[in-house]
Amino acid sequence: MIARLFGRTSRADSASAEERFAVASQLQLTWWRFRRHKLALASGVIVILFYLVAAFADFLAVNDPQDTDSRRSFAPPQVISLFDDDGSFRPYVTVIRARRDPRTFRMVFDQSSKVYLTMFTPGYNYTLFGLFETNIHLLGLKDPQPGDGLYLLGTDRLGRDLWSRMMVATRVSLTIGLAGVIISLFLGILLGGISAIYGGVVDMAIQRTIEIIRSMPTIPLWMGLAAALPSDWSVMQIYFAITVIIALLAWTDLARVVRGKFLSLREEDFVTAAELAGAGQLRIIFRHMLPSFLSHIIAATSLALPAMIISETSLSFLGLGLRPPAISWGILLQDAQNIEALALAPWLLMAAVPVIVIILAFNFLGDGLRDAADPYG
Amino acid sequence: MISFFVRRLLLAILTMWVVSVLSYVIIQLPPGDFVDTYISQQSASGSTVSAAEAQSLRELYGLDQPVWIQYGKWITRILTGDFGESMEWRQPVKDVIGDRLWFTVLISVAALLVTWGLALPIGIYSAVRQYSFGDYAFTLIGFVGLAVPNFLLALIIMYLSFRYLGANAGGLFSAEFELAPWSWAKLWDLIKHLPLPSVILALGGTAQLIRIMRANLLDELRRPYVVTARAKGLPERWVVLKYPVRAALNPFASTVAYLFPYLVSGSVIISIVLSLPTVGPLLVRSLISQDMFLAGTIVLLLGVLTVIGTFISDLVLMWVDPRIRHQMD
Repeated sequence: MIARLFGRTSRADSASAEERFAVASQLQLTWWRFRRHKLALASGVIVILFYLVAAFADFLAVNDPQDTDSRRSFAPPQVISLFDDDGSFRPYVTVIRARRDPRTFRMVFDQSSKVYLTMFTPGYNYTLFGLFETNIHLLGLKDPQPGDGLYLLGTDRLGRDLWSRMMVATRVSLTIGLAGVIISLFLGILLGGISAIYGGVVDMAIQRTIEIIRSMPTIPLWMGLAAALPSDWSVMQIYFAITVIIALLAWTDLARVVRGKFLSLREEDFVTAAELAGAGQLRIIFRHMLPSFLSHIIAATSLALPAMIISETSLSFLGLGLRPPAISWGILLQDAQNIEALALAPWLLMAAVPVIVIILAFNFLGDGLRDAADPYG
Repeated sequence: MISFFVRRLLLAILTMWVVSVLSYVIIQLPPGDFVDTYISQQSASGSTVSAAEAQSLRELYGLDQPVWIQYGKWITRILTGDFGESMEWRQPVKDVIGDRLWFTVLISVAALLVTWGLALPIGIYSAVRQYSFGDYAFTLIGFVGLAVPNFLLALIIMYLSFRYLGANAGGLFSAEFELAPWSWAKLWDLIKHLPLPSVILALGGTAQLIRIMRANLLDELRRPYVVTARAKGLPERWVVLKYPVRAALNPFASTVAYLFPYLVSGSVIISIVLSLPTVGPLLVRSLISQDMFLAGTIVLLLGVLTVIGTFISDLVLMWVDPRIRHQMD
């Protein structure tokens, strides 16, 4: 529906194009339809970029995201100047060095000085993909003096580098959404499928359960469940528990999609044909029906992901989701919760930008996929 | 029609029961009970609580009985209007919650009205003037409204109003009315403060409803009866408003049932950002301090309110749409 708003139909009117259309596989047709939806295509690229950031979070980070230093509390963002005074391409940042006068103990500010940037510099140690131990980072300072630092987006109250924290938060927030979607996908397909296949009392019970879950205010329930997690659990345990809590209330939409598709497909001629040809029920479901609604499930998934991300962000924002030292977008935004912090350090709100961008991207992508999901329509 | 009504009523009662069980689960979930928390609080401040004292406290609060008996006792007392005592505030839960519940209702209902008030005309406009500049603009705003979680929107508006207006956009009352008894002036003050939180809360739902309304109306406008009406020379206004809009309203009203839980949920979070005197901030505080009776009661009340709201919207749907009324006869 929205795709037609933004995507422009480019009709290829040569006969060979029609022939191509006739022999193309479903996957190809879906891709051709999807390609016409430019906004969805761009969103797809953005989503891929975000997941690349998630995969290479530590490589893109500049400073250790947990490293605190009270001397650089609330340091404002630095601006990278790309060209040096003589016009040559030598990116640098300007740092102001402060030191304590050893006699008067007063802070003395030296004149601001340029520090040049380099790429692929050694920094803090991390393990890439949990396999390779390394300390190479994309960006760094060339010959920094003690106390110099690169803070692209400024620092928080404890002097932690916001840019590096945002990189690592991207990984946490995106994977928690993915894990949650996988769980609710499993529940949704299982219960939606059972509901459609068995019908009768089972269908009734599952449908009423879905209605009940949907008519409850979810956030207070999540908050209650999340707050009950033991405080001595490790970061990983909390992470999985939160994923499960979010997924437990989010499968209903997927179950409805699956049930609806199942019911409408059961009446289709090709299913009857397969039945008459003597195919078993499992073969009909997996070989004949599943390919027809797989694309719908993919579309529903990409629309469910942003909801997951918002849930995690909201819970962590309230201090009831992930807990420090874990870093997620919600935890970063927690620092921006009160007006005093915002007045002092407005750059803390930057953590809202990736949330908004990725949610928009997933919505557009999902819309495009939903339109492309049925290429024969 | 009666059977529809009865089915909805039964479902509502069933949902309320599930909500009450879940609320009780939430009360019971944290490891240890209030007495444990109390003991650790006491030992943190230097004094100790003996085992006998702890036991008598447990008996006093009925914490030594099996869970279902505790649930039975709890729910019977709630049905008689006794919500128990908040362990943190040492006051009846009813007094702690006080007016806050009604402010939650007020904001959620106000947001619902804003959602309707915005989505209906904008939806009609977008459908009638499909692909116009206004249609594109509203679609874009709608997408942003859908994508920005409302607590983020609240944060951004708080920051902007502080930065450029120098005013604190939060709260439901000005400072001088905060503790004042009710008066016309206070009511007026409340009315002045209400639009901001309700609009923030309403934006996400509005975006959704506009899309639904637009799509439905577009389907209706292509029907032959619309062409007939136009051919008979009815003014365009009537062609659109008389039948297609009414027909398109049906799914509009049924979406409301899912909108209300969403609004109540959202009000909890934006209340914390905008420091509104609703149950939201109280819920977070009680959950963090594990004052579970207060927390459970709030979850229960919010759940029950939502179910009642959904039920009312079902009745409205029945009243609006004759197809549902006659289907059941």
